[in-house]
Amino acid sequence: MNRVEQVFSDRKALIPYITAGDPDLKTTEELLLTLDKSGADIIEVGVPYSDPLADGPVIQAAGQRALKSGTTLAGIMEMLLRLKGHLKSPLLLMGYYNCILQYGKERFIEDAIKVGLSGVILPDLPFDQDEDFYQRLKCKGLVGILMTTPVTSECRLKEIAKRSSGFLYCVSLLGVTGDRKGPLQEIKSYLERVRQYANIPLALGFGIDGPDKVREVREFVDGVIIGSALIKIIARYNDNPEQMLTEVASFIKSLKAAL
Amino acid sequence: MESYINLTESSLGAEKMDNIFSAKKRGYFGEFGGRFVPETLIPALEELEEVYTNLSTDPDFKAELDQLLKEYSGRPTPLYFADQLTSYLDGARVYLKREDLNHTGAHKINNTLGQILLAVKMGKKRIIAETGAGQHGVATATAAAKFGLKCCVYMGAKDIERQALNVFKMKLLGAEVIPVYSGSQTLKDATNEAIRDWVTNVEDTHYIIGSVVGPHPYPTIVRDFQRIIGDEMKVQIREKEGRLPDYVIACVGGGSNAMGIFYPLLEDKEVKLIGVEAAGRGINMGKHAATLTQGKIGTLHGSKSYLLQDEDGQILEAHSISAGLDYPGVGPEHSYLHEIKRVDYQSVTDEEAVAAFELLTKIEGIIPALESSHALAYALKLVPELSKEEVVVINLSGRGDKDVNSVLKYKGDESIEQG
Repeated sequence: MNRVEQVFSDRKALIPYITAGDPDLKTTEELLLTLDKSGADIIEVGVPYSDPLADGPVIQAAGQRALKSGTTLAGIMEMLLRLKGHLKSPLLLMGYYNCILQYGKERFIEDAIKVGLSGVILPDLPFDQDEDFYQRLKCKGLVGILMTTPVTSECRLKEIAKRSSGFLYCVSLLGVTGDRKGPLQEIKSYLERVRQYANIPLALGFGIDGPDKVREVREFVDGVIIGSALIKIIARYNDNPEQMLTEVASFIKSLKAAL
Repeated sequence: MESYINLTESSLGAEKMDNIFSAKKRGYFGEFGGRFVPETLIPALEELEEVYTNLSTDPDFKAELDQLLKEYSGRPTPLYFADQLTSYLDGARVYLKREDLNHTGAHKINNTLGQILLAVKMGKKRIIAETGAGQHGVATATAAAKFGLKCCVYMGAKDIERQALNVFKMKLLGAEVIPVYSGSQTLKDATNEAIRDWVTNVEDTHYIIGSVVGPHPYPTIVRDFQRIIGDEMKVQIREKEGRLPDYVIACVGGGSNAMGIFYPLLEDKEVKLIGVEAAGRGINMGKHAATLTQGKIGTLHGSKSYLLQDEDGQILEAHSISAGLDYPGVGPEHSYLHEIKRVDYQSVTDEEAVAAFELLTKIEGIIPALESSHALAYALKLVPELSKEEVVVINLSGRGDKDVNSVLKYKGDESIEQG
């Protein structure tokens, strides 16, 4: 069992997402330490991208700020190397396929291992578009987390559930990240359907913006993913890093308590 | 190249697969194409592929579309012998395939009429589209108006400014035009926003993509709806010249008009095919849209193709005076045709395109779109080098009324710079 899956063995996992380099990599380093201390169980580190198709306005803006501060995947890897051994939470890199392609797939896998990443989530790389890459991740002990959605067909869900490792990322709605309408009404039946095919933990993401929504879904899931709501706090305290860390810590604690 | 057409047609069905197109590689042209999209869109793409595969061989569907193209859009468009241009250039005989004479003024309607019929067959109630120059937006809004479907068009804020007339037309046609302020505020960002809308409203919405780009099956569908340009042209040129042309030239942004005129000629190896990209202010200036000649392979808007990007894989802003060519990607099939060297890709600058725009207007009385002016500009260089026995066909993909302001502004800037 890999480190990601291990997390779920004795608790429900709180999985925050932040965009690396928003507002700069130094702050991201502090934020990762804060998230880790305040109750995060797994952390998603976002790689900023010019054309983030799966993301709503909040994460788009975070990506733009990060790119403006000169953030690159190589820079993110260096930062993670500095943090290696200082975080108890396993880290997942979340980004878009083109960034990995240009970095070089082999180089990416080597560096991911070197800096202590546990795996990746690539929302624009369905399992059947680069099976070889997902296979190579697995061989090297990295998890490739796949996504399923409320409209995914049963036949495809079977394939996705079989191939995803670490956990299965269940997209809670039809939409992009940070969608205000929140998880679907039929969240229970959706997740029950997914569970028929998946015998790995299920984490729910997209549109979960605070403790109330966490409480609504907690009984059906093994973990929740929070991105846009957290990034809004980071953006709000952009010019006051100390307060930013305090607010982030208390937000994470409130989510953890609700889970 | 063995039977190109059989190879690519197999990209739709799983049965008649050649080695290059193993089942796993469905939807690819060589290594290009694919489906690099969020999982939410996969069911919609699968549905679209299935419906299209069935309808594309359905005689009733074909008859319905043929009638629309004929009576609503005015096809077949003429293949016009440009006698003035021919004498002026004093080289090969030059023909213009007059896609500018289509309803709404460009080839874009060929695709939107086809796709609106698909949307109706799939029972979708709402249509979305992206647009650059506004030609695809107008063509989509037109088709949606005719079929009584709700229509939202995403358009970069910068393009809205450059193409005010088309924005007004879309509104008159009942479409909602949604300005996109993210990124470079042009076609690439409008496409991102349209895809995000589709992810959110996928159950009742059909996305009419405007070029041979996007995730499988779009590049194939759009090409198939545009191939009528090349199919007609082959018949017309045989009537006029008794043979196929020596050269066919078309502009390439995403590349739908070029794919349309090239595709039926891919196996006619004696015909040289030239795709012309926008070199903007010049390749060396770094402000251009010459994706195939200057780009690197990557993924954008759901497919793998050549792209303008930096070394970190961030997509770069394209530049062209022509809003329709101002796109940092290109259709995956063009990347493949580039790779196998079946099509020769060249580029011309804003300056050369504007000169061609003025020349055609002056000597033939035809105002070409700035996009099409790129194909013309390359012809101005090529044709004088050719013999009088040779035949060149230029795809005049659209009319230039929409561009008169851009040219005026360009000339103004030019005289200020020179003054």
